[in-house]
Amino acid sequence: MSNPHHTEDNSLAGKVQKHTGVKVSRCYQCGKCSAGCPVSSDMDFPPSLLIRKLQTGFPKHEEEVLRSKSIWFCLTCEMCIARCPMEVDIPPMIDYLRGESMRLNKANPAAKNIIRFHKAFLNSIQKTGRLYEMGLIVDYKSRSLNMVQDVVLAPSMFAKGKLKILPELIKDRKNIKQIFQKTLKNKHK
Amino acid sequence: MKLGFYPGCSLEGASREYNESVQAVAEKLGIELVSIPDWNCCGATAAHNLDKELSLSLPARNLALAEEAGLTELVVPCAACYSRFTVTQHELLHDNAMHKKVNEIIGKEYKGTLRILNVIQFIEEYIIDKLEDNMKFEINKKVACYYGCLLVRPNKILNFDRTEDPQTMDVVMKKLGADSIDWAFKTECCGAGFSVSFTEAVGRLSGKIIEDASHRGAEALVVACPMCHSNLDMRRPAMDKYNGKKIDTPVIYITQAIGLALGIDRKKLGLNRHFVPVKLDNFKPYVKKEVVVENTQIMEEI
Repeated sequence: MSNPHHTEDNSLAGKVQKHTGVKVSRCYQCGKCSAGCPVSSDMDFPPSLLIRKLQTGFPKHEEEVLRSKSIWFCLTCEMCIARCPMEVDIPPMIDYLRGESMRLNKANPAAKNIIRFHKAFLNSIQKTGRLYEMGLIVDYKSRSLNMVQDVVLAPSMFAKGKLKILPELIKDRKNIKQIFQKTLKNKHK
Repeated sequence: MKLGFYPGCSLEGASREYNESVQAVAEKLGIELVSIPDWNCCGATAAHNLDKELSLSLPARNLALAEEAGLTELVVPCAACYSRFTVTQHELLHDNAMHKKVNEIIGKEYKGTLRILNVIQFIEEYIIDKLEDNMKFEINKKVACYYGCLLVRPNKILNFDRTEDPQTMDVVMKKLGADSIDWAFKTECCGAGFSVSFTEAVGRLSGKIIEDASHRGAEALVVACPMCHSNLDMRRPAMDKYNGKKIDTPVIYITQAIGLALGIDRKKLGLNRHFVPVKLDNFKPYVKKEVVVENTQIMEEI
């Protein structure tokens, strides 16, 4: 068993500390994060248990974390860190775990719409530099095959002047492309 | 007076009434807002959920462009963009290696000289003192000020207001003559990040917020975030389904409330663009209060 209290170890907890500075060993399981978390009921296990799993360092537990719904259902509302008596900064830790989960192809199937939405979003800004809402909805809908829900909203959004037909293009789109190439594209091929 | 301005994608699209009301109020009070030239999207939730370096680079490009344009203060009305900008500034100024790396990624030099203001800080510093001389009406309504997540958390980085019971918006609304109520969901998350991808959760989270506000007699919710607004305004059917009843309490931006008090035309404030109709009217004409009484008290004490 790897020791999560050691910074040089290869455990997931060790990687979390290396990349985010968050020490899961500080958590004494008071449960305030889970009590305040608005989506803990949607998760397979709440934030305090997610940390516990990282603390044990068992490969089985680490696998459960990377394959969990929990990391994807986190809304980054930051309530957990606001109330944590030990200041264990859960949101950046979860951001890191999401990245790892994607990189290792372990993302939970229940999160597929959430991931599709994120990808459609980034795809939109990658092309134009700014978010093109109409394009985002069309792209997301075609990825998720859930055509009904927001298509109903579109005509009234349009009538209220809230949807633009054409995207806004920034001038230096090359710069944006370069930023994507040096970051996201570099890791998720 | 000139201030830097970052509208962000929402304010140019689905939340354009927020931009319209910010601009209308600024114009009325003689403040010029200068947009960052060729600004890009801050990356929002999608970027930081998937890639840290991307989530720092997209805001950093904007900050670097603002510095290049000679701006020293930057008003960022969208709470989500404001959060991404502030977190980026904090991370880069506290992590030299990452700062260098991000400068290399964006191909520009971000120095970290900008002061970033959210809309409430902007109001506190540049608007609140001008209200008394310019107010035409009192917003004599019961309102619930809703802060959501990103204006107050993470508190250690933002260092803005109390995390659990913030007061800054309440102070502004009271100044406008409103009765801002004490309620339970001021800083609870509305779920906007999942507005499209997990709407049922939004129905529950936002449903509780709107229910508590209306139950306590609020005639409107006042917000300072376009994510919260479009969520609480457009996702009303999902909330009504969760609550098992129809609640028609409107959601307005704090800048729309200020605009109404200044007597700015409702259409100019974009109040016609909301999904839940904003029926608030019959405002009381504003009469500037005399402060003579306080002075005599001081004299007596002396």
